[in-house]
Amino acid sequence: MKGASTGTAVSLRGLRKAYQRGVPAVDGVDLEVAPGSLVALLGPSGCGKTTTLKMVAGLLDPDEGDVRFDDRSIIGLAAEKRPVAMVFQKPLLFPHMTVGQNVGFGLRVRRTAKAAIAARVAEMLELVRLPDLAHRKVGQLSGGQEQRVALARALVTDPAVLLLDEPLSQLDAALRIEMRDLVAGVQRELGVTTLFVTHDQDEAVALADKVALVLDGRVVQHAEPRVFYERPASVAVARFFGGRNAVPGRVAGGRFTGGGLDVAVPTGTPPGDGTLVVRQESLALVERPAPDVVPVRVIAARYLGTAMTVTVELADTTRLELTAPPATAVAVGAPAHLHLPPEACTIVPT
Amino acid sequence: MSGIRRSVGLGLLVVAILVPFVPLALTAVSSGWRYPALVPQTFTGRGVALVFDPDGEVLAALLTSFTIAVTVAVVAALVGLCGGRALGLHRFRGRRLVQFLLLAPVLVPGFAVTFGLQVFFIRYGLADTVPGVVLVHLVPTIPYVTLVLGATFASFDVSYEEQARVLGAGPVRTFVSVTLPAIRPGLCVAALFAFLISWSEYVLTLLIGGGTIRTLPLLLFSYIGSADLTEAASVSLVFALPPLVLVVAASRYLTGAQSGVVGLGRL
Repeated sequence: MKGASTGTAVSLRGLRKAYQRGVPAVDGVDLEVAPGSLVALLGPSGCGKTTTLKMVAGLLDPDEGDVRFDDRSIIGLAAEKRPVAMVFQKPLLFPHMTVGQNVGFGLRVRRTAKAAIAARVAEMLELVRLPDLAHRKVGQLSGGQEQRVALARALVTDPAVLLLDEPLSQLDAALRIEMRDLVAGVQRELGVTTLFVTHDQDEAVALADKVALVLDGRVVQHAEPRVFYERPASVAVARFFGGRNAVPGRVAGGRFTGGGLDVAVPTGTPPGDGTLVVRQESLALVERPAPDVVPVRVIAARYLGTAMTVTVELADTTRLELTAPPATAVAVGAPAHLHLPPEACTIVPT
Repeated sequence: MSGIRRSVGLGLLVVAILVPFVPLALTAVSSGWRYPALVPQTFTGRGVALVFDPDGEVLAALLTSFTIAVTVAVVAALVGLCGGRALGLHRFRGRRLVQFLLLAPVLVPGFAVTFGLQVFFIRYGLADTVPGVVLVHLVPTIPYVTLVLGATFASFDVSYEEQARVLGAGPVRTFVSVTLPAIRPGLCVAALFAFLISWSEYVLTLLIGGGTIRTLPLLLFSYIGSADLTEAASVSLVFALPPLVLVVAASRYLTGAQSGVVGLGRL
């Protein structure tokens, strides 16, 4: 990440936006983006992530809050005056222009000299691995090519901040992964601070330096991707990342009790009501009783080819799910032993 | 096979449009054409001379008509751009009502509308003036133009404008470089409509122009009333040809540009 010294820091502070009175789409978003890093704004559709992006771009005015680039507020600056570029879900290539004219659009509106535009357009098309396409008509491109041209067009003006609004969501799966690598490569090469909106957690995790999970108009957790699996901030976060297990209970004297479990918790866990969250991948069935092993009964097992999903029941009928190797022999209805490593457990507020 | 069929069909269509002009053109240059002769027996340059008389009323009326129709087309297109954009892009309360009210001046006979308006034109000194006639021609044209452009904007994706803005284009540049090329076919069709409505308007011109503003339709009616077929036919040709040329030119220009046709189809 060479951009650490050259990129622009982006700071969103208390951003709010309501389209209808009293129904906030964005409800107090705070986010600090390190210079040159790629942050994914992840969330289900309608959670306010695109609205947030449009407020950074200047396409929407926030009702409240501030957007700062390198600690200078850009609120009140028109979209065309902001040092940002945005790629939308659809490529939105101007149909009456060639590929080259599309890519050069941002430079033409800035009255750059023709020769300089041509050189820069060629450079950008090279960057997105579409050289020699400058004279092609827009209608002759494939979906992946269109989105690459859109990326080149956004980068041509050397923006301080790049905004990507689900640019890969309309591509088919194989192409999406290829484009994901391209975007990551280009972003690291240029070191441009990037905000990437997506509803696809795999995409966010694979692409981003940090992920900001947005639920109901707020950033509920902002951290490195692995933290969302290992230390989710809430049951909702764990659920969004596919976590299946949440056991309500109490924390007292450094131990969590609930659902028939009694687990040591990390020091510093606040006492009182809490919910234990543990990933299904962290659980395992073992042969015999041992430390951190609890007795359970197998309720169901589903074979999924590459893995097996096993549902077990604790003493008080609380159910847990675990992912086991596909060859595991499981007797449905029989008692079993569940290994529950305390370090894999997180206590979140109930 | 279908290519041939299409050519034949197209040919028949052209014949159907052009054939009525043949007797008109012949009448315009004939001085005697009596039953049962198939073609005129005697010819005259009287009609041509009338039309091309540099100080004559035909050229003057042609100029007046052209000035008014072009002004009406431009003004109606500008108004329609704003109204059509609002109707096509935004879902607001009372949108259907606005659409209906827009059609009101078209549904109510122009005569009735203008009788009501005439008082105001007289009061504000607009009666018997070219601006007055332009203004009254806007009454039936703006609804059409607005509805056509509304349909055009409905199939326009505003995200293109947002895309242009974030690439650094200001509002004017965005409109000229991105929006205008996208809506151009619809805009041309709308302006053409306005031109044609204004060009052939009779009642409104007569009521507000009061006979002082003599456009081609007014002149044509007086010639038809005079029973001189040669002159009437000559003026008719002057009246009928410009719209025909314009429509042909516009359809050539718009060929391949689908959205104008789509826009019309959506009406």
